[in-house]
Amino acid sequence: MSVPVIQLDDFRKTYITGEVEVKAVRGVTLSIQPGEFVAIMGASGSGKSTMMNTLGCLDRPTSGRFLLDGVNVGELDRDELADLRNRKIGFVFQGFNLLARTSAAENVELPMLYSRPPIPSSEQRERAMASLSLVGLAERSDHTPSQLSGGQQQRVAIARGLVNQPKLLLADEPTGNLDSRTSIEIMGIFQKLNEQGITIVMVTHELDIARYCRRVVVMRDGLVRSDEAVKDRFLAGEELAKLDAEQKAVQLT
Amino acid sequence: MFAVLRIALRALRRNILRSFLTMLGIIVGIASVIVGVSMGTGAKADVDKRIASMGQNLLVVMSGNMSRGGARGGFGSTPNISPGDYDALRREVAGVVGASPEVRANAQIAAGNQNTFVQVSGVSADYADVRSWEFKSGGNFSDADVRNANKVCLIGATTAKTLFGENIDPVGQIVRVKNAPISIVGWLSPKGVNSFGQDQDDIVLMPYTSVMKRLSGDTMFRSLNIQVEGPNVISDVQTNIYELLRQRHKIQPGRDDDFMVRNQQEMSDFFNANNRVMTILIGFFAGISLVVGGIGIMNIMLVSVTERTREIGIRLAVGARGRDVLLQFLTEAVLLSAAGGALGIGTGYWLAPLLTKYFEFPTLISNSSVIMAFTVSAIIGIVFGFFPALKAARLDPIDALRFE
Ligand SMILES: Nc1ncnc2c1ncn2[C@@H]1O[C@H](COP(=O)(O)OP(=O)(O)OP(=O)(O)O)[C@@H](O)[C@H]1O
Ligand SMILES: [Mg+2]
Repeated sequence: MSVPVIQLDDFRKTYITGEVEVKAVRGVTLSIQPGEFVAIMGASGSGKSTMMNTLGCLDRPTSGRFLLDGVNVGELDRDELADLRNRKIGFVFQGFNLLARTSAAENVELPMLYSRPPIPSSEQRERAMASLSLVGLAERSDHTPSQLSGGQQQRVAIARGLVNQPKLLLADEPTGNLDSRTSIEIMGIFQKLNEQGITIVMVTHELDIARYCRRVVVMRDGLVRSDEAVKDRFLAGEELAKLDAEQKAVQLT
Repeated sequence: MFAVLRIALRALRRNILRSFLTMLGIIVGIASVIVGVSMGTGAKADVDKRIASMGQNLLVVMSGNMSRGGARGGFGSTPNISPGDYDALRREVAGVVGASPEVRANAQIAAGNQNTFVQVSGVSADYADVRSWEFKSGGNFSDADVRNANKVCLIGATTAKTLFGENIDPVGQIVRVKNAPISIVGWLSPKGVNSFGQDQDDIVLMPYTSVMKRLSGDTMFRSLNIQVEGPNVISDVQTNIYELLRQRHKIQPGRDDDFMVRNQQEMSDFFNANNRVMTILIGFFAGISLVVGGIGIMNIMLVSVTERTREIGIRLAVGARGRDVLLQFLTEAVLLSAAGGALGIGTGYWLAPLLTKYFEFPTLISNSSVIMAFTVSAIIGIVFGFFPALKAARLDPIDALRFE
């Protein structure tokens, strides 16, 4: 078997705010292979975001081990973590987290500004455009976030996550604020990327969104409760066609 | 690097009014540095020009000794250089090509029904050469005129104009000083107004013997003007004059001189000493306003870091290192202060000539002061921008992203 992209061994995360200790994650062991497409589900406060932040190298475990692509992240310093985020990980946040008053193209270029060795600006623009067309937004490249719909903003965020050709795409509730049609479109993009070999881990609350993935991990109170493959997987293309048909039917009556 | 500049520029443009107000402190500080230094430089250039315009390779022997009687002693002390000292000096000191005492008297002088109150300088026949006076008409009086205390004079352009009218050659005319008829033998070419507003051409030059006898009644000279052969003998001549006069004034070894011999460099240093004090004072106040300006920048950068915490979080999340963020905010601060510096320099260029125009204060903006001002403003950006930038760079990515 190849090296897992993600290897968590008894991962724990405890937040200490003043007197109170919050054990957000209380011992998770999990391994995700290259090319997997995993949904993480669970009630609010079950530790999903906490885990995603660690997987995204934004944070370090309180205890336990996290190997990303075979590298022990807990042993790295701030700069090394930043480089890992830049090269290996695309992160799509729940709140999009785009730079305001900055065009879509420039938002997508952002990670490349911090690439080492530096990328020439012409290549940056090219790759940003390629990434935007991948999510179907090439023609909106000069629009700022405030001029884009929620779904479009989410797609810009995905394009930004993809622009450095990461091994791993992490998405925290990527469809949280979107209507069902846009959600399916986003899942379609993810499925396409996954078929190209990118490993995807995403958090979702919605069962039917999870069915677009290949594997579902359910968390409760900072622990993994179940971890199984998806049966009856949805394919975004088919679901969209069905939705179109339904909508047509509604309109016809 | 280019990208960093672009980002910084954009961030500053977004708050253009705020950026400008922040720069104001630096603008004021740098403008006052530029103007202050230009006043010092201008005054110095003016002094140097006046000293150079006295002539070349000059020495001045003065009665009294400043290092003994306090700063003013040199000018206030009684004249103690005798005609004998003067003669001995001309006879015995090698390298002297011209020498002239200068005794001054203010006198009413009349010609026809015109009269004017003017400074009459008693000088030797060398004086016109030593001080590079040229003649518009007529010529110098002679050594014989000096020996005999003849009633002759040279007249400055302004005085001539007052007494005889514009462009009328006064040579051969008679003026009356204290009722004595004095004949004009030379008409001096104008030297113009010096920068203290003093008209150098409102003057009458007479043999010093005549002035001492008829006008001032002095028997001693306050000062001597001496011209030497060339720049390389100046210090030798200076030493020889010291020795000669110490001997003639019977000054015991170890006692202070009762006279001074100054070359032009020393005179310029003396007059510029006051300028230097002024320049230092202005520099001090400008420095204070620069510090205040720097604190303003620090304040605004701190506000900016707080406002843009989320942006910082996003940059960190996509892989910016701490030092990338540090560099970005530092660039912004330096850009702010350097732009303030540039505007301040511009303001200085605009203000300095106005100062000359309305207050007749000589100013001169030197390249080195501009370069220095600009460098200082950039350094202020680095110094005062560093703390806010460091604060930004040390943010935790998750905390920053969560920040509302
Ligand atoms: N920075 C923090 N400081 C203190 N406690 C925190 C912090 N971040 C998260 N927590 C706590 O850790 C627990 C898990 O939070 P987490 O955000 O991982 O939940 P979640 O599963 O993502 O929930 P949701 O579905 O609502 O996003 C919660 O009880 C939360 O209050
Ligand atoms: Mg969450």
